[in-house]
Amino acid sequence: MDIEKRVISIIAEQAMLEPSDVTLDSSLEDLGIDSLGLVEAIFAIEEAFDINVPFNANEPSESDFDISSVRSIMDGIQRLIKEQS
Amino acid sequence: MKRVVITGAGTINALGGDVPSTLEAMREGRCGIGPLEFRDVERLSIRIGGQVKGYDAEAAFNRQQLSLYDRVTQFTLIAAREAIGQSGLEFSGELAARAGVILGNSGGGMTTLDENYRSVYEDGKNRVHPFVVPKLMNNAAASHVSMEFNLKGPSFTVSTACASSNHAMAQAFQMVHGGLAPVMVTGGSESMLCFGGVKAWEGLRVMSKDACRPFSANRNGMVQGEGAGIFVFEDYEHARARGAEIMAEVIGHAMSSDAADIVMPSKQGAARAIAGAMQDARVNPEDVGYINAHGTGTAANDKTESAAVADVFGAHADNLMMSSTKSMHGHLIGGTGAVELLACIMALRDGIIAPTIGYQEPDPECALDVVPNVAREAKVEVALSNAFAFGGLNAVLALRRFA
Repeated sequence: MDIEKRVISIIAEQAMLEPSDVTLDSSLEDLGIDSLGLVEAIFAIEEAFDINVPFNANEPSESDFDISSVRSIMDGIQRLIKEQS
Repeated sequence: MKRVVITGAGTINALGGDVPSTLEAMREGRCGIGPLEFRDVERLSIRIGGQVKGYDAEAAFNRQQLSLYDRVTQFTLIAAREAIGQSGLEFSGELAARAGVILGNSGGGMTTLDENYRSVYEDGKNRVHPFVVPKLMNNAAASHVSMEFNLKGPSFTVSTACASSNHAMAQAFQMVHGGLAPVMVTGGSESMLCFGGVKAWEGLRVMSKDACRPFSANRNGMVQGEGAGIFVFEDYEHARARGAEIMAEVIGHAMSSDAADIVMPSKQGAARAIAGAMQDARVNPEDVGYINAHGTGTAANDKTESAAVADVFGAHADNLMMSSTKSMHGHLIGGTGAVELLACIMALRDGIIAPTIGYQEPDPECALDVVPNVAREAKVEVALSNAFAFGGLNAVLALRRFA
């Protein structure tokens, strides 16, 4: 499965939606994912892609990982896979 | 109703092995947070904490005791010895039968749990030491205090995460206030600074990698501490009759539940507990000069707590001082309210307000006088101590200067 499908499936599961309801432009807020859901989604991403995501819930905007949309999360994952492989 | 006074205090924490050294460190704004030292620490991403260092367990306990006491029980007993020693009380006869011990903690014997899981899961051993259960159970510390000091009255352990020791001390206050016991030993302790303990916290992504900076705009999370704070709460008439030295008076408390979210704090829940404690103590907002904040250094707590205080105190919020000593000793989770009560006693008795250290940038969402970086002299009549736990369980204590 490609990265896009896997990320969408992780986020859809967290949001309790069908993957078809999640688009690359959706924000986590749009999808109804709260702070706890976000931390859980990041954990699932780390497990799925075997990467460490630098994310501190106290300063999400300063973490070196952009969570503003599904697309930005996907880009971040691709970068981390490259950096950490 | 009986008046309740504090006639003994004891502690061990990252700032010191007793009350005088801890208060001295708070006066000097010293930081007890540093690199963690224990097995497998290199596998953690969070490697700092308010760890008790240079601690010699064998100087305080014999071999037989050590086989039964987890680190959290050891800390509790060390603090209890200091507190009860200071009070000058000896428990026998009727006093022993009525006096009890109510303590708070969240994790129980976490080091024991960690070591023994490692032994059976990682090392593949199929046998554990026979005392694993009595060492790790949450009430072990309270039970050992009752045994060492012959306390035979109402005794139990309260576990409400970060508010455990405030809930415990509120219960002990009620016992003495209501005449159920002339003396209660109370407070709390915690020792989660082991690989499994810190690893669990790491998962939540709320821990700071560099420092605990409560109320500072650049704060980036909490830092864990360990240790114990123990107090002797005594009926004022009982204390006076025996000529005991009185450190401060406990005048009220309130507890509330947010009933909202398992981790996010609520302004309303915190405000209800703060206002409730003042109502119970029959004091007006303008009587309060100092608040020992919950002040964890997380983005969420500090702004919520500041907003709750601003709501409850109105214009007086700008006149009172509110500091978080977690910046120095770290967050002792279930023991934190107990160690922080020492800062309230110092404010009331000695007229010295412990600072919030590590404060670097004002945050408009935390626009109160947080006593940044340097201790201050001030005469305080009434002090509050806040604790707001995960799970939305809040407990606030109110104390008055004893004159």
